[in-house]
Amino acid sequence: MAKLMDYDRALELFEPVLGFEVHIELSTKTKMFSDAPNYFGGEPNTNITPVDLGLPGSLPVVNGQAVRYAISLGLALGCSIAPTSRFARKNYFYPDLAKNYQISQSDEPIAFAGSVEVELPNGRMFTVPIERAHMEEDAGKLTHVGGATGRIQGAEYSLVDYNRAGVPLVEIVTDIIYGAEADAPELAKAYVSTIRDIVVGLGISEARMERGNLRCDANISLRRRTPEGEPPAPLGTRTETKNVNSLRSVERAIRYEIQRQAAILDEGGTITQETRHWHEDTGETSAGRPKSDADDYRYFPEPDLLPVVPSDELIEELRAALPEAPAIRRRRLKAEWNFTDLEFQDLTNSGLVNEVIDTVAAGASPAAARKWWTGEIARTANAQGVDATTLVTPLQVAQLVALVDDGTLTDRLARQVLEGVIAGEGTPQQVVDARGLAVVSDDGALIAAIDEALQSQPDVLAKIRDGKVQAAGAVIGAVMKAMKGQADAARVRELVLERATALPE
Amino acid sequence: MSEITQEQVTHLANLARIALTPEEIVSLTSELGSIMDHVATVTEVATPDVPATSHPIPLQNVFRDDVVGQTLTAEEALAGAPDHDGSRFRVTAILGEEQ
Repeated sequence: MAKLMDYDRALELFEPVLGFEVHIELSTKTKMFSDAPNYFGGEPNTNITPVDLGLPGSLPVVNGQAVRYAISLGLALGCSIAPTSRFARKNYFYPDLAKNYQISQSDEPIAFAGSVEVELPNGRMFTVPIERAHMEEDAGKLTHVGGATGRIQGAEYSLVDYNRAGVPLVEIVTDIIYGAEADAPELAKAYVSTIRDIVVGLGISEARMERGNLRCDANISLRRRTPEGEPPAPLGTRTETKNVNSLRSVERAIRYEIQRQAAILDEGGTITQETRHWHEDTGETSAGRPKSDADDYRYFPEPDLLPVVPSDELIEELRAALPEAPAIRRRRLKAEWNFTDLEFQDLTNSGLVNEVIDTVAAGASPAAARKWWTGEIARTANAQGVDATTLVTPLQVAQLVALVDDGTLTDRLARQVLEGVIAGEGTPQQVVDARGLAVVSDDGALIAAIDEALQSQPDVLAKIRDGKVQAAGAVIGAVMKAMKGQADAARVRELVLERATALPE
Repeated sequence: MSEITQEQVTHLANLARIALTPEEIVSLTSELGSIMDHVATVTEVATPDVPATSHPIPLQNVFRDDVVGQTLTAEEALAGAPDHDGSRFRVTAILGEEQ
């Protein structure tokens, strides 16, 4: 276990400097350079063609749809689209690609020089500078067999499935990010989350981190603070943390690296420039491959492919079709829904904005939609360790809200109905019918129960008649119990006070 | 004469995973130097208004429709493999990582 410095102390001594590389798997039907299905999964080595195996005589051809997706993403990132961009071979020897090179883009990426506006949980807006976005192909999947841990160290051999080889990727590379300061971990999470929102909004990727559709490599270094008036210290040595497969991990990994690097630097040590692996289970990073001349990839233009020269018409057509940027959309929704900053941040942090949008579209009020999603549903999801979106649909929530609005259900009953819906008992109305959960709105039944309760508690009745209205609580409780909770407490209270005076002495 | 050193040749051979004898390193250093000289001559002719080219034929934007075609079966894919487990290629464990 590496030594860690207290986070606040680390921030006093050092300035965190960040950089991210995010890989997006595009959801095209076919691969980047072959007409094999873009589907990772199923039987190993079945979604492949000779191109994906790099067989002699096979030639790659660029997927036009992947190029359009990449241009749309570049535009959504505020990038300029290169008048001419080229593919290049990145040479390395590793069996995850059969060709011994990856087709990527080197000094002529399709999109460059953009920025992304990111909102942090504390409400701070941060502009992340984007250096470039380029097209490339994904690599195959290796399974290491033998050895104690299933990790590569000690493995006897590896098995290779090339179904993922050639899947279209866009890699988004940020410029160096300064100024995040203590918000660095939150910024990392918010940035990746925003990228996810953008690609989902564009409909160009499934963007499921747990499935590897969206992967983040986080670069971080620390720069020692210098007293005012002195020149800034040079940038520190950076590490690149890989294998960060959830938004939460992105945040934790950055925080961990800040604390780890600060402890080393403070003791006069040096940071090794290396790849580090994030371990979700222990919440630590471990050293991987040192960066050395292994990074000499000898890029050269891919001779089997021709330059990509998008026309102005195509670029403008794709620009016109761009959806609203996430930050702008959030501002619009917040105003439309009349939420406070806190309410909206709460919702944003829960990641359920889209569910609330759909629930409102299905007829619920924004306030009610927010209350159910961030309240009872999020709590249940948390308790069950599942994603809230898998529990109920926005339509079901809207139907539930409607039953509350028309008086069929109280909030308390609605929670029971929700429980039934989550348990798969049907629509809210079906659960109400099956469980007999509707509010007893028949005053006759309520009055009978109230009269009985009042007559069995004559001392309470006397107090109410003496004007001690708070004594009614005991009667209301008894009535609610008799009604098995299926009564509107406010109406019961009204009726109790009415009956207390109406009953004969 | 271009300044190709024996160290550079050794480094390149290592990157390309090619084993070279000391004699080959000496001869390749000289040959690569000649090639570099030749390229330098071409560079002298090229003026700034001649754009860099990556392909001899002036074509661009050759794209494929996003339509699924014929794939290989696992048997076909593995037919030429030195070793496999019936569905996946089997390779010697290599110390290193996915790029």
